[in-house]
Amino acid sequence: MSRELTTAAVVAPVDARGRRRARRARTGGPDRRTRLGAIGMYVLLTLVALPFVFPVYWMFSTGLKTYGDVFENPPVLWPEDPKWGNYLVPFTSGPFLQQFLNSIYIASITTIGVLAVASLAGYAFARIQFRGRSVLFVVLLSALLIPPEVTIIPLFRIVSAFGWIDSHLSLIVPAVFGVPAVLGVFLMRQFFLALPAELEQAGRVDGLGRFGLFARIALPLAKAPLAALAILTFLNSWNDFLEPLVFLRTQELWTVPIALQSFTDPITGTPIWNVQMAATTLSVIPVLAVFFVAQRQFVQGIAGTGIK
Amino acid sequence: MAILMDSTVDPAAPDPRSGPSEQKTGREPGRRRGHLARVDAAYGYAFIAPAVIGFVVFVALPIAGVFVFSVQDYNSLSGRSDFVGMENYERLLASDVFGTVLRNTAVFSAFVIPANLVIGLVLAVLVNQRIRAIAIFRAAFFVPVVISLVAWSLVWEVMLQDSGGLNGWLAMIGIDGPNWLADPEWAMTSIIFVQVLKGVGVSMILFLAALQEVPVELIEAARIDGAKPRQVFRSVILPLITPTVMMVAILATINSLKAFAQVFLLTEGGPGLSTSILGYFIYEQAFKAFQVGFASTAAVFLFLIVLLLTLLQWWSRRRWVFNES
Repeated sequence: MSRELTTAAVVAPVDARGRRRARRARTGGPDRRTRLGAIGMYVLLTLVALPFVFPVYWMFSTGLKTYGDVFENPPVLWPEDPKWGNYLVPFTSGPFLQQFLNSIYIASITTIGVLAVASLAGYAFARIQFRGRSVLFVVLLSALLIPPEVTIIPLFRIVSAFGWIDSHLSLIVPAVFGVPAVLGVFLMRQFFLALPAELEQAGRVDGLGRFGLFARIALPLAKAPLAALAILTFLNSWNDFLEPLVFLRTQELWTVPIALQSFTDPITGTPIWNVQMAATTLSVIPVLAVFFVAQRQFVQGIAGTGIK
Repeated sequence: MAILMDSTVDPAAPDPRSGPSEQKTGREPGRRRGHLARVDAAYGYAFIAPAVIGFVVFVALPIAGVFVFSVQDYNSLSGRSDFVGMENYERLLASDVFGTVLRNTAVFSAFVIPANLVIGLVLAVLVNQRIRAIAIFRAAFFVPVVISLVAWSLVWEVMLQDSGGLNGWLAMIGIDGPNWLADPEWAMTSIIFVQVLKGVGVSMILFLAALQEVPVELIEAARIDGAKPRQVFRSVILPLITPTVMMVAILATINSLKAFAQVFLLTEGGPGLSTSILGYFIYEQAFKAFQVGFASTAAVFLFLIVLLLTLLQWWSRRRWVFNES
């Protein structure tokens, strides 16, 4: 609407004003049609957004229900007597705190490692001339196309050859040097390509070597892409499922996603839905909190791998 | 870039020291520059070494390994592998189960990929309006992207139970919903639905970025020429965002082929085989049935499918993707 008006105003200002006056006369009030249209648009957007956000609410509220209330019909939007205690059960009945800490430290170390590996390689691919540079880069990128299920069986053998089965190294080392690092190399190269060459020339004049140029000039300027990459890597590690499922055995060593699917009745195997949803909510809260604070970095990190 | 080249000398260029004129006019600088370029290249190799070695050990070697395992029979009791030639391939291709799994995978991808394109684009158009609080809606569509696939699958597992939330709400408007995850007619639909909702936020953001880069003048020019909004979209906007359409298609293809957790958590491939897709089948055969050779052969198929589709998409790219240059 507004764009249409400005277009018209640029082309034929008089005509636009006349049309607006005519419309006002027809509808009997200023912008009444637009306002109705806007309300309709918000209603539509809200309806469309419902399946995207409502499940998060349902996670939270199911976590507050008694076991019997979970499948009450009609569905209970908010339990009369919220069982906040459900949110403590994961910690008292099992090593959920330990598993939470496992996930945090695995994701942290992985992130630091990926930032180091990816910024070095991304810088080299963008700014240093060496033979085979573009071929090597394309070969590396091909890793992003391979589904993890293709490589998981041999990876299991490799990881066991290193003696890392049932050890967190099985999750950290392949991530720091494997596919997540490649993703990082791609992101960092994009950034370093756009860096003005004059900056490095000035550094050369000041007597900096290659590593100095990287560490003292390029890297300090790369805070924004590093932040986006850090968030992306942490998130991917935090959410990983297949690798910890295959590589970890001991309950105390599990990560959060593996723990979440284990809140089941030991005899029947059916999930203890309310406790499971409470634990799931707890696992989602930190991620959502960071998302709403650092939305831009989140979106840049996730979408940046797709935008050329 | 040109300046960079200048300071580092192309390694493929002939050695400046060999030319007699070079020796006369600037031997010292020439030698220094060749030396510098070599040192610089050495730094380049050193900088990429961790990533390249990691790629070899954790990506290239496993891909080679999966081909090797596919012609072996691994005995988990003795820990020995025997060469069996193409036996696994023959068994796999002869089994009805694998045929069903391939068909399921095709159905899954055939719905997930277009859904990402269409719904992603529609959402992008919806949130590409300059109205108040639109950022809230952009964030809303992105919420499933940031929360883990496990959390997303588990909450949908609750809601899709026969007496779970969804059927309760449907009953309120007079619809008798099926048992979504246990009904062979509906289980695949449910898995597709959960997958699309989880990931379409990324497609939306990519399309949104593309839409915002379409020059306003072009749209205005078309409008002045009397094009209706639908024509503007079809003939001006859509051709300009084809690179993003391509990108989203590739991403959705890869993501649909590596789907695993939602099947593992929601249906375990069932009921029957109705939701068993390739990613899940490989896991099940390798780590539940311990049929390592058999599973590796399935993994080879997955690899070949990815390879084929990627090549196909790159080849078709020239035919329909708009190129600025």
